[in-house]
Amino acid sequence: MAQQPNGSHGAGGHGHSSHKGHGSFKSYLIGFLLSIVLTIIPLVAILKDLVEGTAALVVLLVTAVLQFIVQLLFFMHLNEEDKPRYNLMTLIFGLVIVLTIVAGSIWIMTNNAVAH
Amino acid sequence: MFEKIKEFASEFFVTGDPLIYGADVGIALTLISIVVVLTYFKRWGWLWREWLTSVDHKKIGIMYIIASLLMLFRGGVDALLMRTQLAMPDMQFLEPEHYNQIFTTHGVIMILFMAMPLMFGLFNIVIPLQIGARDVAYPFLNSLSFWLFFWGAMLFNMSFVIGGSPNAGWLAYPPLSELSHSPGVGQDFYIWGIQISGIGSLMTGINFIVTILKMRAPGMKLMKMPMFTWSTLSSCITIIFAFPILTVTLALLFLDRYLGAHFFTLDGGGNPMMYINLIWMWGHPEVYIVVLPAFGIFSEIVSTFSRKKLFGYKSMVFALMSISFFSFFTWAHHFFTMGSGANVNAFFAITTMIIAIPTGVKVFNWLFTMFRGRISYKSPMLWTMGFIPCFVVGGMTGVLLSVAPADFQFHNSYFLIAHFHQVLIGGVAFGYFAGLYYWWPKMFGFKLNEKLGKWAFWLWNIGFYVCFMPQYFLGLDGMTRRVSSYGWDMGWGPLNLVSTIGGFLMGIGFLFQVWQIAHSIKFMERDTTGDPWNGRTLEWSIPSPAPVYNFATLPQATEQDAWWEEKQRREQGQKPAAQPPLEPIHMPRNSGIPFIKSFCWFVAGFGFVFDWLWIAIPGLAGVAICMLIRSFTYNTDYYIPVDEIKRTEAALRGSV
Repeated sequence: MAQQPNGSHGAGGHGHSSHKGHGSFKSYLIGFLLSIVLTIIPLVAILKDLVEGTAALVVLLVTAVLQFIVQLLFFMHLNEEDKPRYNLMTLIFGLVIVLTIVAGSIWIMTNNAVAH
Repeated sequence: MFEKIKEFASEFFVTGDPLIYGADVGIALTLISIVVVLTYFKRWGWLWREWLTSVDHKKIGIMYIIASLLMLFRGGVDALLMRTQLAMPDMQFLEPEHYNQIFTTHGVIMILFMAMPLMFGLFNIVIPLQIGARDVAYPFLNSLSFWLFFWGAMLFNMSFVIGGSPNAGWLAYPPLSELSHSPGVGQDFYIWGIQISGIGSLMTGINFIVTILKMRAPGMKLMKMPMFTWSTLSSCITIIFAFPILTVTLALLFLDRYLGAHFFTLDGGGNPMMYINLIWMWGHPEVYIVVLPAFGIFSEIVSTFSRKKLFGYKSMVFALMSISFFSFFTWAHHFFTMGSGANVNAFFAITTMIIAIPTGVKVFNWLFTMFRGRISYKSPMLWTMGFIPCFVVGGMTGVLLSVAPADFQFHNSYFLIAHFHQVLIGGVAFGYFAGLYYWWPKMFGFKLNEKLGKWAFWLWNIGFYVCFMPQYFLGLDGMTRRVSSYGWDMGWGPLNLVSTIGGFLMGIGFLFQVWQIAHSIKFMERDTTGDPWNGRTLEWSIPSPAPVYNFATLPQATEQDAWWEEKQRREQGQKPAAQPPLEPIHMPRNSGIPFIKSFCWFVAGFGFVFDWLWIAIPGLAGVAICMLIRSFTYNTDYYIPVDEIKRTEAALRGSV
């Protein structure tokens, strides 16, 4: 929008001089390598039976969380956002909701006398 | 060969009920007359260019509203059929099976295909105008949202003449909705109709959040936004977190039915109660999604028609936002009786009581806004005045229901039915009616007839109490929901008869509204001021209906009620600030892809419903092709030259 400094049409993204680029070749490469490594670790660890039981669960969860963070920082550019940080706020609220869904469901269903 | 076709048709089409045959004839005649009228007046091209492909938020809003009023008619007829059956339970007016289908479609249609689109219609019409923007953030996506809703709704509605309607209740609890108990296609129509329109709802939520956060007029800080904009923001935030839960839950149910999975089945390790748990995580926020914008509408109307600034602006914002947050933490109060024990029930009972507090704050804000105001009782204000007592009583019966031990008595009785109709009709329906009357002149350039409007209001309002007050007592007398018949010895007959009379009063109220619209189109004077109610916010500063680009020059909005303050300054003799020179306006181009792509979704959904992959696969391929074409379309925008803006403005404002 020619006259609208703080707005843009999704359709007409071109012609924005203020539109700064995201990341660099180096940061994309680091992100790519990190996410590959974080995929290979759990795969190898589980398939080769290097870890079992609780340890396997921990490996899976930790690498998954790290993968999530790598994707957000290197590909979603969460750290490059201008203030106010709406994307960060939405992410945090989303995590709260996800936590509520998972923890709430577990709590309700384990207390459910009929389900057992 | 002929026998085979006959056999197929007898399963494909719904047969055996005279009411359905009547509907068949009605649908056929309506379709034929639409085609004939469009062809006779050579309007096909006009329809395609001006409406079906339009990305203009004002036109999309009008289409949403037309569709939702049609759905209101359908849902309302469902309601009256049920009430007729319950007034004369031994007449066999509706077979029990047919009755099950009707209460299911009534619920789904009224919430998902009436309340939601009516709300989206008002978002579309009002929000860009109110925040001083020229369109929404993603106009193409907006059009796609509408058509996905439209074709999803069509798929759902088709079920009552083709294949058979869903009949497992509006939330389709398993195991009843599983293949083992509902082998027909009805539940598949339910899943696909809601999934397709659900994608549209989610996209609308995203669209309006971005629009409100990024496209406000220069100077409009968040805490200067009009209250309807705030309520839309809070509703959309709730949408984007709640709707994915619905999508996933229904997708799991689909996997159960289609691929034989065992998420919610009784055997194979499934648990039907998990479905109930999940669906209410969407279902509870959903009721706040539809009611929050109504609160915003009332705030605008109360302030405009009392000639006063809204009382307690900050507390109102806080109330809206805290409701959209807390709405995610109360879901289990819909199944206190499921047996999760005292701790779980106590927690959710308390969160439910907490969420009543911000709502109460709002009621006091409206009352204090009216206090010592110069109130004029025009239609929008009338509906607002009808809303307040109705919603307060509905809210208080809700608090009664939130008391977990007592809920074991009320659960699934007519007490509950009366409660949620009171908040949904008294809050949502009255709210959107008020909004329609209020913004109608902005949409079409003329007001609706006041006299007929008063008739409609009183019929609706009196009809409401006559219909639903007896249901509280029926509930306490032990009448449960979803029963199609009862014995005379139960003693429920007289109250049910009264309730049915009330239902028909509301039906007559709706007819008055239709008459009112038709009458006003023919006889009402055009509003040339663009500001017929002496409004306070930016949408009233431009001509009605608004030109395609809304604002020739973008307005400055540095205070709350910007247009009101501007008018005050002009009255005191201050000259309006000099307008910057006109510049070409950047606008989005129309596109046929949203319509075609949504239709492809409809085809794919239809294929999945009947498990005919030869229809489903081409449908999905069509969706993919539409996405590809859109990805390689670069010519998506254009500029309106200054000369054309000047001409349009002169034509619109010349007569003032």
